[in-house]
Amino acid sequence: MTEAEQTTPWNAASEHLLRELAPQVLGVVARRFRDFSSAEDAVQEAMLAAFRQWPNDGIPENPRAWLIRVASRRMTDMVRSEVARRERETTFADEEPSIDPVEDIEAGMDSMDPINPDDTLILLFMCCHPALSASSAIALTLRAVGGLTTAEIANAFLVPEATMAQRISRAKQSIRASIRTSQIPFRIPTPEERGERLRIVLHVLYLIFSEGYASSIGERLQRLDLAHEAIRLTRSAQALLPEDAEVVGLLALMLLTDARRMARTGSEGELIPLDKQNRSLWDREEIAEGTALLTRAFSKGAVGLYQLQAAIAAVHDEAMRAEDTDWPQILVLYELLQRVAPGQMVTLNHAIAFAMVHGPASGLERLKALDGDDRLREHYRLHAVRAHLFERLGDFAQAVRLYRTAAAGTTSLPEQNYLMTQAARLEEVISRPHPSASHPEA
Amino acid sequence: MKYMLMMNTMRAGAGVPAWPKADLQAHIAFMHSLNRDLRDSGELVQAEGLSFPNQARLVRAGKDGVPATDGIFPESKEFLAGFWIVDVDNPEQAYAIAARVSAAPGPGGAPLNMAIEVRPIMSAPPPEML
Repeated sequence: MTEAEQTTPWNAASEHLLRELAPQVLGVVARRFRDFSSAEDAVQEAMLAAFRQWPNDGIPENPRAWLIRVASRRMTDMVRSEVARRERETTFADEEPSIDPVEDIEAGMDSMDPINPDDTLILLFMCCHPALSASSAIALTLRAVGGLTTAEIANAFLVPEATMAQRISRAKQSIRASIRTSQIPFRIPTPEERGERLRIVLHVLYLIFSEGYASSIGERLQRLDLAHEAIRLTRSAQALLPEDAEVVGLLALMLLTDARRMARTGSEGELIPLDKQNRSLWDREEIAEGTALLTRAFSKGAVGLYQLQAAIAAVHDEAMRAEDTDWPQILVLYELLQRVAPGQMVTLNHAIAFAMVHGPASGLERLKALDGDDRLREHYRLHAVRAHLFERLGDFAQAVRLYRTAAAGTTSLPEQNYLMTQAARLEEVISRPHPSASHPEA
Repeated sequence: MKYMLMMNTMRAGAGVPAWPKADLQAHIAFMHSLNRDLRDSGELVQAEGLSFPNQARLVRAGKDGVPATDGIFPESKEFLAGFWIVDVDNPEQAYAIAARVSAAPGPGGAPLNMAIEVRPIMSAPPPEML
């Protein structure tokens, strides 16, 4: 920028500021221009310009206005070339547009748009569009609402940048087509649509979190922290929808899970399960915030999927030792979860909680019912759970066999290493002569 | 979820297929267009074709870790001819891509119906584990 402006120096928080501004700027430009897809490209270019210029030139006095201005100029250029292209193609204009988009944009270019939270909320609903596949919605949300670059998103998912660029571009095309045919207009969903649309938004945010939380195991190199991005996005969603109990519940779930981050891997990046974690490493601040949010969510009435999962995480988090865990309460919560959101993993986790309350023999008895379920019967998690229960019963030979069956079934390397190590550990116990017999002096 | 699609067709010592020119060109064009489609759909992570088995060497660490190489024997079984790594939402999508690869045109333009091995790529543990 050539005009003299007051600037502040670039620092570590500036990148964060840029990402916070991205959806606001996109909201303004998309609304002005009524074209989500092109606006997204223009804002992305403005963001890149800021990333290039601000670290050297300092941050402009009004960074948001700066970004809107640069993005709008880019939009004007694109509209001009589009108009020129159309004029070359047709000798007469049979259809006069009701509003000249170029004039419209130039008129508002330097005005200070007040921050309209609805703009950001519309963006979030557009990106988590029912017409998109999960991976497309995730990519688009991270770029348009999260303000991340395509390269950063590609890197986070370990796919080539060109592939991610195509994924985002196709997602935008689907949305554009859907806006054009007015299947899903560019506006806040109506009260009738809202529940279903919000469910998709929350699911997308949850998927971003799980991808990030799980993949930050072991070697991470310079990968972007998707779990923290998900928390940031959910915080803004929560600020926009303060009255929604499930949004609060989701934020609580993320915080209560993320709190265990430092404790869940060992020095070699190996997996440490919940009952073996060093709980002094758990982040007490995140736990306190998550618990407070959860209390607020419950006070709002309707209890949903995320609030229940958060409540289970909270019960685990409040136990200073694994043996202090309030399993009867967790069992009740899983029973509620089975009613609200039945599924295989809920059934399996319910059986684990049942075994923790009523003992491993009753747990194994309970698991027999799952053999009737074709998909669950061969699921490696079922074998892993059985292995654990046989170990607690003292039937180490069965446990070793089942740990290995489970290890052969998982597609997760850290989990496979963990399960194979469990089998090896128990086998050593089986083959080792009794310590008191071999070392009478010990 | 990422999957590896493996095309196991080559036999050691079999050499390159002697197809009519038009059939060969149709096959090559098919593979190009498949890769372009996968790139355009945002699903392609990587695709590579491998050299013929006569270029392959079996390597083992010899004394002091010095590589000891050996040739591939003509009686060896099938070899990997090429692979694709795709990033898709569910296994069914990976199977659909594999079916397309399998139907690549061969001599006379008839689908080859090659067996394509589809394997999930090991990934991070599910979040419930953590």
